[in-house]
Amino acid sequence: MIQGMLILLLCQLLGEWLMVFLGAPIPGPVAGMLILWLGLLVYGKVPDTLRLPAEGLIRHLSLLFIPAGVGLMVFAELLAAHWLVVLSSLLGSTLITLVLTVWMMQRMETYKARRRGEHGDR
Amino acid sequence: MEIDNFWVYFAARPLFWIVVTLIAFLVATWLNRKAGGTALLHPVFVAMALIISLLLLTGTDYDTYFEGAQFIHFLLGPATVALAIPLYDHMARIRKLLLPVLLSCLVGSVTAAVTALGIGLVLGGPDRLLLSLAPKSVTSPIAIGISEQIGGYPSLSAGLALLTGIIGCLLAPLVFRVLRVESQTAKGFALGLAAHGFGTAYAMQISSIAGAFAGLAMGLTGVVSSLLIPLIVRILGL
Repeated sequence: MIQGMLILLLCQLLGEWLMVFLGAPIPGPVAGMLILWLGLLVYGKVPDTLRLPAEGLIRHLSLLFIPAGVGLMVFAELLAAHWLVVLSSLLGSTLITLVLTVWMMQRMETYKARRRGEHGDR
Repeated sequence: MEIDNFWVYFAARPLFWIVVTLIAFLVATWLNRKAGGTALLHPVFVAMALIISLLLLTGTDYDTYFEGAQFIHFLLGPATVALAIPLYDHMARIRKLLLPVLLSCLVGSVTAAVTALGIGLVLGGPDRLLLSLAPKSVTSPIAIGISEQIGGYPSLSAGLALLTGIIGCLLAPLVFRVLRVESQTAKGFALGLAAHGFGTAYAMQISSIAGAFAGLAMGLTGVVSSLLIPLIVRILGL
């Protein structure tokens, strides 16, 4: 459990350092995720000590967004003045993105599955 | 007067705001379950509303709240790193779908940013507000970085990304039903791309494979967006 937490934090720290060093705009935690993923590919399995804290954190992911969300109160005036723009933009854009992505992904998946099927028939 | 002092004494302690955040979340989760799990009463949304009300009622500013809440906020970092594990668990499936994944991610990320900015431009609003909208489908920690780079309000972007997450969880079941989507991988991927961490949390409830693809989409979208959004903003001339 503690080793696992340490691995997560180490990957994040490595990610932060690497991105500062490279001057890349990718945030440290995402770089850390990629580093841990590569590490797991090399190591070949997920150690139990890592799985425990990782799954705990992922299960309660939504709780971790609350502190940043409360920050919206700082922009109450700006949002009150332009709420229609903000809401339309968020709603419209999210709807279009969801529809397009899920449609593309499903189309390509069935296409691949069908092609694989044809190969199998031969 | 004495009551006031008493209040200041407690508010000064960061622990108090951690406890408030956790209780607000538990109450919100309970309310959500009572209401039949509707996404309209998303636990995070309800918890935010409860906490903001309490802060306004007590005249506490956000910085004071964040002194305590930052310890919860901090865990977002290791939690993001932890998403490497579902990614690894479903590696075989991901490798098979590598091209669809990369293509959908590219098209989806660009669509998310362009439509958000486009709708904002058409309806009109201050430039900094529109810029803060651009990274709305990107997970909060990355949205903050992007917003900073293109000249938006970083903390507003984080909040708007959150609202997007809630909206995504609200719209997704509808979209999936209307389009008759069966594929778990497609559902998960779309959720992670359009609604980042919220979508991923939601996809985890659908199935572990949906969750893995959501985590993948969230990570990829973050990386792709941090490279492309500054470009898109320049092209749109903002």
